[in-house]
Amino acid sequence: MNIWNAHFECMERNELRKIQTERLQETIERIYFNVPYYRHKMQEAGLGSESLQDAEDLHKFPFTTKQDLRDNYPFGLFAVPISEIVRIHASSGTTGKPTVVGYTRRDIVTWSEVMARTLTSAGANRNDFIHVAYGYGLFTGGLGLHYGGEKIGASVIPVSGGNTKRQLQLMEDFGSTVLACTPTYALFLAEAIEENNIDRNHLKLHTGVFGAEPWTENMRREIEEKLCIRAIDIYGLSEIIGPGVASECMLQDGLHINEDHFYPEIIDPDTLEVLPEGRTGELVFTTITKEGLPLIRYRTRDLTRLTYGKCRCGRTLVRMDKCLGRSDDMLIIRGVNLFPSQIESILLEMSEIKPHYQLIVDRINNLDTLELQVEVDEEFFQDKISQLQTLRQKIQNNLESTLGISIQVHLVEPKTLVRSEGKSQRVNDRRKY
Amino acid sequence: MIIHQLSVFLENKAGRLTEVLDALGKEHIKITALSIADTSEFGILRMLVSDPDKSRQILKERSFTVNITEVISIMTPNEAQYYAKALKILSDLDISIEYTYAFSIGQKSIVVMRCSNNELAIKALKEHEMELVRASDLYKI
Ligand SMILES: [Zn+2]
Repeated sequence: MNIWNAHFECMERNELRKIQTERLQETIERIYFNVPYYRHKMQEAGLGSESLQDAEDLHKFPFTTKQDLRDNYPFGLFAVPISEIVRIHASSGTTGKPTVVGYTRRDIVTWSEVMARTLTSAGANRNDFIHVAYGYGLFTGGLGLHYGGEKIGASVIPVSGGNTKRQLQLMEDFGSTVLACTPTYALFLAEAIEENNIDRNHLKLHTGVFGAEPWTENMRREIEEKLCIRAIDIYGLSEIIGPGVASECMLQDGLHINEDHFYPEIIDPDTLEVLPEGRTGELVFTTITKEGLPLIRYRTRDLTRLTYGKCRCGRTLVRMDKCLGRSDDMLIIRGVNLFPSQIESILLEMSEIKPHYQLIVDRINNLDTLELQVEVDEEFFQDKISQLQTLRQKIQNNLESTLGISIQVHLVEPKTLVRSEGKSQRVNDRRKY
Repeated sequence: MIIHQLSVFLENKAGRLTEVLDALGKEHIKITALSIADTSEFGILRMLVSDPDKSRQILKERSFTVNITEVISIMTPNEAQYYAKALKILSDLDISIEYTYAFSIGQKSIVVMRCSNNELAIKALKEHEMELVRASDLYKI
């Protein structure tokens, strides 16, 4: 198993801590003097430019949230003059303004570096053809993978999202070996390969690097079986840098966080207290080296836990569990916490259906209602009413017994559901609070 | 004697049946018989068409869930006793009928049935001199 930058990826923890502390001190000083918004926040908390003696002192610092980015739209939190910014990305907000991020030349170098680590840990190298089906543009997915792929010397195919027929043709003709896209789109492609009767032996795919949305172990199994590849989970968010924040190695046992660039903490999302190793909570990142948009204790809303200690691959970087879901995605239905990924997991265990669904949440007469629309799979459709009703009932029973809440299940025609080629839009929350 | 019937899963949504018929009509598919079984939320459209395989492909391309199911069909004078007779022959042999529908042309009725065992049903009906309809004849009606 290759390691792109063994010096940093396999560093002793004490030495790593020293580097983190030194770099954090520089970052905090820079932010204090260059970003008035942060300076005020720090002053309010009784902190100065030299208040950090050790990386652990970060817990004294105030959090940064998506709202802070919105309040300073578009460039208010940038820590360098605009003349130093060479790239701008933005993520569309479902509500209000987009979140804008800016990169200096050195940030782009850092990003390429962490993406080179990501791709190398997934098993890719200069002989690979990397098929980037993430969207290019304001979204960080496409260009992030692109720069990392070029850095390791692979042949990058910048297909971007959409146009599935062309994707398949290029994949076949060019001999793509590594597929990079969202896990939802990977499943979509797997189905398209079946539907178009493409012989899997004509494809050279061996690995997939999938991220940008939470996905379950069941979904991983399904993708690996259908595409005959190893499916690697990669993690990132544009506010921190984009993809490249963390990635699984080929052992698929947790995602290694690039700790020399991003400092992770796990907090209790309610009390905001830092939680000890092994406890599940909200992941918080402080960027250690970012110049354009450094962020202190940025609340990702992602729920996970951290495991320190050396991995069998040789890396010493802390590992985070595969995300269960964003705390933003978490639905509270009549007081019960529910992640769409849990529903997906249950559906994947049933062979009679494909995991294509949409959840509709509503509030009728002050009571939360949950409706699940599931597509009827042609392979199972046998034209008997009773059989379909039995299936519907079975799905409903499986969900209710596992999740402990009642769900109204409806069978729908295939492909009538939002089949996104980017992030999946599987929840439609119609509740008006 | 086995007839290939086209079955389509339909949500109870306005316009879906029209879409099916439009799509088949554009490709000059002839429909001999059509029936819909429905519940409050979904329905199953069953049709005897001139080219079941082609029809299936046409609908598949339009993202319908389609399947071809095997049914049998008999032609009787259009009086209830003949229909009753056929049902009795089958029930005497413990062959159950999953569903059935019928239509008449002039003095004759065409009865379509999906039985728990189509082969056995064909044999029994023949033995009782009931007139079985061939697929090729049916599409010419
Ligand atoms: Zn590892």
